[in-house]
Amino acid sequence: MKLTGSQILFRALKEEQVETIFGLPGGAVLDIFDELYRSDVNHILVRHEQGAIHAADGYARASGRVGVCLVTSGPGATNTVTGIANAYMDSIPVVVLTGQVSTMLIGNDAFQEVDITGITRPCTKHNFLVRRVDELGRTIREAFKIARSGRPGPVLIDLPKDMMQSTADVETLSHALTYPEERQEPIEESCARALWLVRKAKKPLLFVGGGVILGKASEELRAFVRKLDLPVISSLMGLGAYPGTDPRWLGMVGMHGTYYANMAISHCDLLIAVGVRFDDRVTSKLDAFAPHAQIVHIDIDPTSIEKMVKTHVGIVSDCRPALQTLNRMLDEDPSMVPGERTRAWLEQVAKWKAKMPLTYHPGERIKPQHVIERLYKLTRGEAIVTTEVGQNQMWAAHYYHFDHPNTFISSGGLGTMGFGLPAAIGAQVACPDRVVVDIAGDGSIQMNIQEMATAVHYGLPVKVIILNNRYLGMVRQWQELFYGRRYSQTDLDHGPNFVKLAEAYGARGFRAEKPEDVDPTLRAALEAQGPVILDFQVEPEEGVYPMVKPGASLTEMDLGNGKVLAGSAVPEKVGAV
Amino acid sequence: MDPEVRENTISILVNNKPDVLARIAGTFSGRGFNIESISANVTRNPAVTKIIITTLSNRETLTKLVKLLNRLLDVLEVEDLTGMESARREMVLVRLKTNEHQNARVLKAVERYGWKVISNEPEGFVLEVTGDREDIDRALTILEPLGMDDFTRTGTVALANGHG
Repeated sequence: MKLTGSQILFRALKEEQVETIFGLPGGAVLDIFDELYRSDVNHILVRHEQGAIHAADGYARASGRVGVCLVTSGPGATNTVTGIANAYMDSIPVVVLTGQVSTMLIGNDAFQEVDITGITRPCTKHNFLVRRVDELGRTIREAFKIARSGRPGPVLIDLPKDMMQSTADVETLSHALTYPEERQEPIEESCARALWLVRKAKKPLLFVGGGVILGKASEELRAFVRKLDLPVISSLMGLGAYPGTDPRWLGMVGMHGTYYANMAISHCDLLIAVGVRFDDRVTSKLDAFAPHAQIVHIDIDPTSIEKMVKTHVGIVSDCRPALQTLNRMLDEDPSMVPGERTRAWLEQVAKWKAKMPLTYHPGERIKPQHVIERLYKLTRGEAIVTTEVGQNQMWAAHYYHFDHPNTFISSGGLGTMGFGLPAAIGAQVACPDRVVVDIAGDGSIQMNIQEMATAVHYGLPVKVIILNNRYLGMVRQWQELFYGRRYSQTDLDHGPNFVKLAEAYGARGFRAEKPEDVDPTLRAALEAQGPVILDFQVEPEEGVYPMVKPGASLTEMDLGNGKVLAGSAVPEKVGAV
Repeated sequence: MDPEVRENTISILVNNKPDVLARIAGTFSGRGFNIESISANVTRNPAVTKIIITTLSNRETLTKLVKLLNRLLDVLEVEDLTGMESARREMVLVRLKTNEHQNARVLKAVERYGWKVISNEPEGFVLEVTGDREDIDRALTILEPLGMDDFTRTGTVALANGHG
C-alpha cells in the first residue's frame, strides 16, 4: 500500500505514541497540517514558534516523555532555535519537525528557505534532512529513539514539501534503524572503586543534578541516601530529584546556593556527584571547588566526566543502573555503612544549617520571597512550577521546596527568558489535573506573553505569578553589586498594566500591592478556573542572597544586608570534624 | 594539566553522508580547536569514510576531542594514532615554470630524490612528491628557486602498522 509522506509522518508519530504536538502552520507544512486535520493527534496552536518549542520542552519535562513541535520552514524554523538550544543545554528529549522548501529548490534561496539543519547542528543531539520519502518512516523512529536514549536531547527533522506529497510503500515505516544502540559500559568495577572511597570517607556529601530526573532514578537515589545517611545538595536542574523537605536536604549549591550547601561542598572529603555536569554557576572558582574532596562522578555522557573537575572515580552510566548497582553492593557488605565514622560531620552540617537559614526581611512592600513561601503553603508543595530566568527563578528555587521529580521546570543551562509561560502550557497539557504555576518577572514574561492567547484558547488554567519589580532584576542586582549602582538599561518602569493585559487576552488578572494582599490574591488565582496573571508589586531593589561573586570561592558568600563572609580562596579544614 | 602542545593524528571512521564532515569540523571549531590538516576518502566499504585529521593540542584537550567525536552518531570509531607505530605520508603536486638551465637541475633532483614527473612540457613540469612531512618540506625548499609556480599539498594520511 502506498502512503503520502504526510500520512507516513502521522503513522510514525502514532507508533511513537505521540498524543500532542505544539505547532504553527505555514506554507511549507500545509500538507502536514492537512493530514493533521484528519488525524486524531492533539495539536496545540501556539502564537509564536518559540512558544511551540518551549511548550514541547515543558511537556517533556513534566511528563518524562518526548515533546514534539511542528513548524514551517524559514522563519518558523529559525524561531525555534533558542528553544532547541535551551533543550540541548538541559538535555531534554524533543523532536522538532520543520517544513522545508521542495528538494529541487533547496540551495536556491527559495521563499522561506533556510538551512535549518546547518543552523541547528551545534545545538541538536542530531538532525536530519529527509531527501527520500522511503527513508521518512525510519528517520522519524530513529529521531525519537535518539532524543530519548543515552543523554537525551533535541532532534530536528527537516521535511521538504515534496517529500510530504510524494508516496512510499507503507512497509518503509518498519525499515531497520541504522544507528546502533547506545552502549552501556560495564560499571561493576568503577562502582566498587567508588564504594572503596565511601568506606574511608568521614565527610561524604551527595550532589545531585538533572540526570537523576532524566534518568528516573529518584527512588534509587533515596534508597542510596538512606543506606549511607549522608547530606544531599543539588544543582538547579536537580531540584525535585530528592525531597526538599527531607532533613538530609541542604538545598541548592553554587552562586546562589544556600550557606550550608556551599559550606558542605567546600569541606567534604568525598563528593558523590550524580547526573551533574559541574556548570560554572555551580563550581564558581574551579581551583577552590571542593578542595578537600575526592570526587566520584556518575554521568551517562563520558564527555561530562573530567570536563570541569578532576574525578577520582568516573562511572559512565545512566543514573538508575549505577545507583542500583551501588545499592546492591551496599546491601551485600554491611561494613560500608558509615555509622560513627561520619557522626561529627553530620553534626557540623546540622550546625551550619541552623546557623544561617535562607532568610529575608519583611517590609512595608511585598517581598518576592514571601510570595513564593505563601504559594508553597497554599499549594501544599504540590504544584508544578515553571520559571522564567533571573531573580524569579532563584527565589522559586530557594523558597518552593520541591519534593518530587518533574515538578520544577526551569531553563538551567541556557538561561532563556520567556521560557516559563510556554513551558507551563506544555506542562499543563501533560498534566491536566495538576496546578501549574509560572513564576515570572516583569521582564521575562514579556518575552513570550503572546502565549496567553494559547492558554485561553485551550482553557489551560496556568497561573502566571509576576514578581513585578519594574526592573530586569538580576542584571540590576549585578549592576548594584559590581557596577556602582549604574542601572544601565535595566529600568522597566513603563511596563504594561498586566491586569488589563490578562483581561485583553480573555484571562483573569489580579494585582497585589501590599503584603496583606498576597494571600487573598493567591487564593483567588488558585481558585479561578482558567488562566490567570497575578501582578505582585514587589520591593524593587530586593536581591537574591546568598550570592557568591563570579570567580570567588563558594565560601565567600554575600548574605545580603551588607553581611559578607570573607571565606578564603582555599577553605581551611574544619579541625573539629 | 599537561601544557605540552604537540601534533596529534586522529583516524576517524564515519558514515559516508553529506553532513558528516560539517559535524566533525563543527566539533573542532565549536571549541576553538584548529584542524592543521585533513584527508578523507571512502574505505573498502563505500558507505564508510576514513578521515585523518592532524591537530595541535595537549593530551588533555585531545582526550576531550576524542570523547566529543565519539558522541557524534555518524562517527563509528576514533583512533588516536599519536604515539602509535604508524606509517604517515603526505603528497604534494608542484608546478614549475622553468628555463633551460633550471630544467636540467629539476631533472637531476627528481632522479636523486625519487620524485615523479607527472608532465614534462616545454614551459615546465608538474612533479609529484610523496613522503613524510620533512620530505615534503625539503622538496619545496629545493624547488622554490627552480621556477616553482604553485603547489597543492595533501593532508597527512596515516595507518597504524598493526604490530604494536
